[in-house]
Amino acid sequence: MVDAGTKKTLQNIPLLQTRASPRDKDLWVQRLKEEYQALIKYVQNNKTSDSDWFRLESNKEGTRWFGKCWYVHNLLKYEFDVEFDIPVTYPTTAPEIALPELDGKTAKMYRGGKICLTEHFKPLWSRNVPKFGIAHAMALGLAPWLAVEIPDLIEKGIIEYKEKGETSNS
Amino acid sequence: MASADEIQKQIEELQNKLDSLKKNARQKIDKMSSEVKDSNPYSRLMALQRMGIVKEYERIRTKSVAVVGVGGVGSVTADMLTRCGIGKLILFDYDKVELANMNRLFFTPDQAGLSKVDAAAKTLNFINPDVTILTNNYNITTVDSFTKFLDAIKTGGIDGQPVDLVLSCVDNFEARMAINAGCNELNLNWFESGVSENAVSGHIQFIKPGELACFGCAPPLVVAENIDEKTLKREGVCAASLPTTMGIVAGMLVQNTLKYLLNFGNVSNYLGYNALIDFFPRMDLRPNPQCDDSWCRQRQVEYQAKPKEEKETEVEEVQEVVHENNDWGIELISEDNNEEIKPNAPMASSGLKHAFEAPVASQQSNTIAPTVSDDVSLEELMEQMKSM
Repeated sequence: MVDAGTKKTLQNIPLLQTRASPRDKDLWVQRLKEEYQALIKYVQNNKTSDSDWFRLESNKEGTRWFGKCWYVHNLLKYEFDVEFDIPVTYPTTAPEIALPELDGKTAKMYRGGKICLTEHFKPLWSRNVPKFGIAHAMALGLAPWLAVEIPDLIEKGIIEYKEKGETSNS
Repeated sequence: MASADEIQKQIEELQNKLDSLKKNARQKIDKMSSEVKDSNPYSRLMALQRMGIVKEYERIRTKSVAVVGVGGVGSVTADMLTRCGIGKLILFDYDKVELANMNRLFFTPDQAGLSKVDAAAKTLNFINPDVTILTNNYNITTVDSFTKFLDAIKTGGIDGQPVDLVLSCVDNFEARMAINAGCNELNLNWFESGVSENAVSGHIQFIKPGELACFGCAPPLVVAENIDEKTLKREGVCAASLPTTMGIVAGMLVQNTLKYLLNFGNVSNYLGYNALIDFFPRMDLRPNPQCDDSWCRQRQVEYQAKPKEEKETEVEEVQEVVHENNDWGIELISEDNNEEIKPNAPMASSGLKHAFEAPVASQQSNTIAPTVSDDVSLEELMEQMKSM
């Protein structure tokens, strides 16, 4: 279901405790702190293992998240904007991670650039409510998606390498 | 460049088209008539009364229904309800019409680019101007829009009352759970509907908070297609769809909506459709006392406290149906009214299965322990993350 590498990554991301959605005022603040702590730890782990691959930040309510993710292919770094909302039913349902600039470029996407997750993701998420958070969604959802889709899109010439400083034109 | 004459000609053509559209649109009708004549759009519906199927069909004009998701199933659902002369329809969708939707019913290629709710409202108004149609163009799962959604269904009835029924025609788990949360909280009855990603099965599920299982009581129940996972190719696509399956599911959904709103026949609590073998399993789903949704648990307590009489008549109705529909010799309906859902209980005999395994309550984990987060503020954490 999950490969050994992903499993190891997952084991090193702190689990969350608080079951709270953005509608749960104070409890949500607690959950948000756990989210940030898990994310900080995950990014630190990535840096340590030389596999740093994303940055995220949120609005002050923690309901809307945005940032960058990148994928290295043949020594070139391809970078994409990433964004998602925290649904009212979170954490029962996972956030729907989107890469808007790739919308329409691959069939493995729903409207608005939401990535099409494997059939394993949702069952796994659902079994781990409320312990999985945004960091887990990134590790289990977006990371494998990028690993499969980006090399394919590069090969097909659908996405091209952009020099540092260039912005996306889509 | 076009000459002035050509432009003048184009204007005339457009004016003619506009006039013919206006001419074809019918006037509003104050009262449904049962008079049998070609010009009465309600004569065949009112005939249901004469034939003894429905009492006072015209009550449909006092009913208001919310349709969440105006895609392959939702648009056809809205179309059917409009033609049936429903009083009011409230549409929700945040998507636009695309040419990729043309393998389904209702929308036409010239509508590509329009919002689904606006395109639908225009067609529906033209089909039946007697129906009040409200449109809501947003994603109900986001925090702000969810509040608007709750407000819309809470006050969307004919007289500012809650809507009579919510129909879920969405294509994702997140939106279904959002509808579920809202309807549990507002104590509104709703139907869930769905078509599988491979387009060869579908289902509808009636949800009465506290009385029937809510959408969160157990993993979603779907039709078992018995297709070997290994032979199912998923490469290069997210979902397939067929106008047939979607039309059939929309038909099952509206049929049960009509039966519920106009009190005739038996409303199915769960009705599945397996297109590969033309099999329609039925099922009753009782709520899970340990449901994660606290509103669901509260509605269960309220339902249990209600006088029993009402409950018993409903059980009788259900049992009647078992015999009527048992041509296949397959027993599908749980007879024990108090039976709860057992997550992961084998359902092989029913032709249904849970979409995924239920979470295990006390799951042992080999992952590292959660961090304690009391000694640091959220602002500090946000700052720390930003500066990484």
